[in-house]
Amino acid sequence: MGRRTAEPAARLSWPVAVLAVTALAFLVLPIVGLIARAPWGELPELLVRAPVLEALVLSFGTALGSTAICLVFGVPLATLLARAGGWRALPRRLLRAAVTVPLVLPPVVGGIALLLLLGRRGLVGAPLEAAFGVTVPFTTGAVVIAQVFVALPFLVFAVEGALRSANRRTELAAATLGASRWQVFRFVTLPLVAPGVAAGAVLCFTRALGEFGATITFAGSLPGVTRTLPIASYLAMQSDPDEAVALALLLLAVSLVVLLSLRDRWVPGVRA
Amino acid sequence: MRRAGASAAAMAAASILLAGCAAPSVGSPEPTTPTTTPATGSAATTLTVFAAASLATVFDELAERFEAEHPGVDVVVNSGGSGALAEQIVQGAPADVFAAAAEAPMQRVMEAGLVAAPVVFATNSLELVVPAGNPAGVTSLEDLEREELRIALCDESVPCGAAGVRLFADAAVKPVPDTLESDVTAVLTKVALGEVDAGVVYRTDVRTAGDAVERVVVPEAASVVSRYPIAPMTDAAEPAIAAEFVQLVTGDAGRTVLEHAGFGAP
Repeated sequence: MGRRTAEPAARLSWPVAVLAVTALAFLVLPIVGLIARAPWGELPELLVRAPVLEALVLSFGTALGSTAICLVFGVPLATLLARAGGWRALPRRLLRAAVTVPLVLPPVVGGIALLLLLGRRGLVGAPLEAAFGVTVPFTTGAVVIAQVFVALPFLVFAVEGALRSANRRTELAAATLGASRWQVFRFVTLPLVAPGVAAGAVLCFTRALGEFGATITFAGSLPGVTRTLPIASYLAMQSDPDEAVALALLLLAVSLVVLLSLRDRWVPGVRA
Repeated sequence: MRRAGASAAAMAAASILLAGCAAPSVGSPEPTTPTTTPATGSAATTLTVFAAASLATVFDELAERFEAEHPGVDVVVNSGGSGALAEQIVQGAPADVFAAAAEAPMQRVMEAGLVAAPVVFATNSLELVVPAGNPAGVTSLEDLEREELRIALCDESVPCGAAGVRLFADAAVKPVPDTLESDVTAVLTKVALGEVDAGVVYRTDVRTAGDAVERVVVPEAASVVSRYPIAPMTDAAEPAIAAEFVQLVTGDAGRTVLEHAGFGAP
């Protein structure tokens, strides 16, 4: 208010600065604790153990798979959400709430819900088994489903933000000039929102990689099939804390590399 | 305008933070405090008991009895996998009493110098359970070798899984599990939901689950006995109260409740 100049480094008032630094410390200190506690000397040996590599491969494979699925279904859902701006309040809010639910639901509850839907006695799972003999829980597919459930909103909201900030007039101009709907989407909309889609996909991937509660509840925990890195880390805590810390470091390193690769494109339209 | 909006939002967030923090701990955040948040009454003393997952029901009952006998004492039972509880305690979780489903986790806490003299207060053995109606027709441990069945076991790293490994070795059975869970309750839940055809849990859990599961008698199981140790923590906030709780569990009253739940005598 009243500040005319937009200096890049405007001074913060001191209470804000103190609280901000406290908040930052709260986020960073646990990570410092993890790093300080790490058995650095044995780390190489701990990380090449067969169960660790198995969990790493499984985690990467499933997280990539669920990110791909989120892209295929999430971008259209984000488009729907962006267009819902013109809807009436009630359906618009219901749609937004439905997409937000997995963000605020405890993942374990999400896992139970998935079990009650797709489990052997579930709403869809029971007919599925009766008709095709297919059971979903305790399979690698179940890991991917759990990850999609928790990670999809991250992609949808990132892409929706990009779509909203993209200038609709450019699309209209292209349409006026005779471009088909597909051409408008392919040559105008998509390039405009591509950074948002990329950022959403990266956040989606890291969330899928870290998924624990829904996975252990819905998919279980079997080495090589459903035991992902976070689950392996949790179980290692029971018997071999050093291995648990090593696994946690591995997850942390992967997440940091991925997030740093985002540079400043955390949220479309907001660049530091 | 945009800048003004942002700083207004920051101030709003700050005031929420200040209003939300009853304890004046803003200056020094404590990042390592793990899961339990005992619901402290205004002037009550809180006794925090870390107990193995298989003890949850029994300890809830004993906690109520203890509270009735000790007005002003609030007993909070934190139950989970024994190994995870042991690690939390070693990392500084505020426990006053620890009861484990095996001796190894207690040993770890003892090596850290946090308990002095654990006492074995109960024993337990494993049992094969199936969902009500036994849809897959499981009759013996050998059925756990059937590939087409869905089987849930405890992971080897937790006591019920370690006991399971001994049981399968004794019975010369090589089970083909579909999931290795982190504690016994997770196995039981999956059996009760009918998501697996069979699971191996403690004898005492079968009673907890009620009608949702059925037991399958396994003669070999009686020979594999799990021993449950309990001890007050050496750094308990109220050592006298912690010791009294241990006395309740190991004494006649505890014995009755434990037996009723299916636990064996030490």
